[in-house]
Amino acid sequence: MHELSITQNLLALALQHAEPAGVRQITTLHLVIGELSSVVDDSVQFYWDFVSKGTIAEGARLHFERIPAAFRCLDCQTEFGRNDRYQCPACGSGHVTISAGEEFFLKSIEVEE
Amino acid sequence: MPEIDIVENIMDANDQIAARVRQQLDAAGVLGLNLMASPGAGKTSVLTATVNALKDELRLAALDGDVHPVDVEKIARTGIPVELINTGGDCHLDANKLIHALPTLDLSQVDLLLVENVGNLICPAAFALGTHFNVVIASIAEGDDKPYKYPAMYRGADVLLLNKIDMLQYQEFDLDYFRHGVEVLNPGLTFFPLSARTGEGLPAWLDWVRARVAERRAASEA
Repeated sequence: MHELSITQNLLALALQHAEPAGVRQITTLHLVIGELSSVVDDSVQFYWDFVSKGTIAEGARLHFERIPAAFRCLDCQTEFGRNDRYQCPACGSGHVTISAGEEFFLKSIEVEE
Repeated sequence: MPEIDIVENIMDANDQIAARVRQQLDAAGVLGLNLMASPGAGKTSVLTATVNALKDELRLAALDGDVHPVDVEKIARTGIPVELINTGGDCHLDANKLIHALPTLDLSQVDLLLVENVGNLICPAAFALGTHFNVVIASIAEGDDKPYKYPAMYRGADVLLLNKIDMLQYQEFDLDYFRHGVEVLNPGLTFFPLSARTGEGLPAWLDWVRARVAERRAASEA
């Protein structure tokens, strides 16, 4: 149950950018969340509706862009998804590295000025 | 509709408070360690074994993120100052809770602050505290697949302890499989297999702690 704290952080970040710009209302937040980063499921919208009450972000919609985990084999350069051995499906090498899926950022906000 | 580009980490507000925690620790010459693990991996056992081994040579203090003071009472029996950070049911500590707990300790009298996080391999990984090192404590009892299930926790570790190695003879645990998962997520991660119960492997971990405390002290005197 860390979604509440995460939405509080999210609200602080959004307001920090919207308020100096003289924004009247934040309508949408575009979030980019990687599969390997902190778990953020759809319950976040519920917490968001709660923490944003009475702010210029009240009622805003959270839009998630989900980035799947991706690994790259350092021996044969094959890109592949998460598996339970962290092993290259093409050549069997365990010499692999994470290439995507750790994203955890607020990309942009849509506003009414 | 107008759009404002942001592209900043969602945890920015927490990270800013974590930076203030770090400043306070650095100003006082205190090394802060954030101990994270699943429930039952042995956070409190490792903490008390570490305290008992080092309390005659270093000035120690502890903060325990929990909902119940049972671990605080165990730590208090070692004789060092310890305070409970009651998380009120939250599954993790965050920088804000830590910065409010720091004034309960006299940091000018502390070399090493051990922060015991809430037992959980998911949520604490998202919240930087401002401590200097993330210490993840795995254990034989919880199985060898945890680096594959909870990558963010292992990805963010600065040092990894594998506790309860005295149980290796009783439980199937593929050490190579475990270590491979760790190596992919966090290449070259400092690793200490040990048993808080028997003391096996403890000296290498203690030497690591001593070296980090000495570095911190040197940095604050510079």
